[in-house]
Amino acid sequence: MTIEVRIPTILRPYTKDAKVVEAQGTTLSQVIADLDSQFQGLGERLLEKGQLRKFINIYINDEDVRFSGGLDSTTKNGDSITILPAVAGGQDPTAS
Amino acid sequence: MGDRNTMTLSISQEFVDGIIAQAYAELPNEACGVILGPAGSGEARRLKPMINFAASPIFYEFAPNDLLALYRGLDDVDEEIVVVYHSHPTSEAHPSSSDISYAGEPGAHYVLVSTREEIAPEVEFRSFRIINGSVTEEEIVISPASP
Repeated sequence: MTIEVRIPTILRPYTKDAKVVEAQGTTLSQVIADLDSQFQGLGERLLEKGQLRKFINIYINDEDVRFSGGLDSTTKNGDSITILPAVAGGQDPTAS
Repeated sequence: MGDRNTMTLSISQEFVDGIIAQAYAELPNEACGVILGPAGSGEARRLKPMINFAASPIFYEFAPNDLLALYRGLDDVDEEIVVVYHSHPTSEAHPSSSDISYAGEPGAHYVLVSTREEIAPEVEFRSFRIINGSVTEEEIVISPASP
């Protein structure tokens, strides 16, 4: 049971600069817990109060997990997970 | 990492013009995109406008599928994101609090364009580094349009 996880540049300090790591789990939640046990602090960069952080996009194969079950999304042997920083922002709503 | 740690953005006039034209074309919404370059070069070589999935005057976001395709594409051709740009239609060209929270590419130049009415027909075109929540403005060196 091995799942490949692609790590974005901004999180590579946690993985000793590895671009791709391996993790285990049958749900995304378990995979993240496994990642956090291997790379201390990584879990906190992905989750906030038990929810996926909005600044991060996570894909299982080609599917953004926001549209496929979030943390409960199932994962299986051979899946590839890609973590990417959202590219987003915008002016402050109060600015004029 | 080439010259990526120096505090200067070198960009062609053609790309500056292209970004400003896109910012006007997408009003009232924010416009966004990237400039790509060979991995490790830090050179802004290929302008790639992106769709603002948020379609909002105060927010921009690359669509999830576009984002994945963009990063997959980078790996395929050994390119990197050199510049992330977006427009502020009604506020100054300075990173907002949400721009800073979202800034996820510590190696990139964050370019902001303001097309706010108060300064029309002038625009502001500024570049910043945003690393761990810390914003530093940098110099922009514009090279002439290619012949």
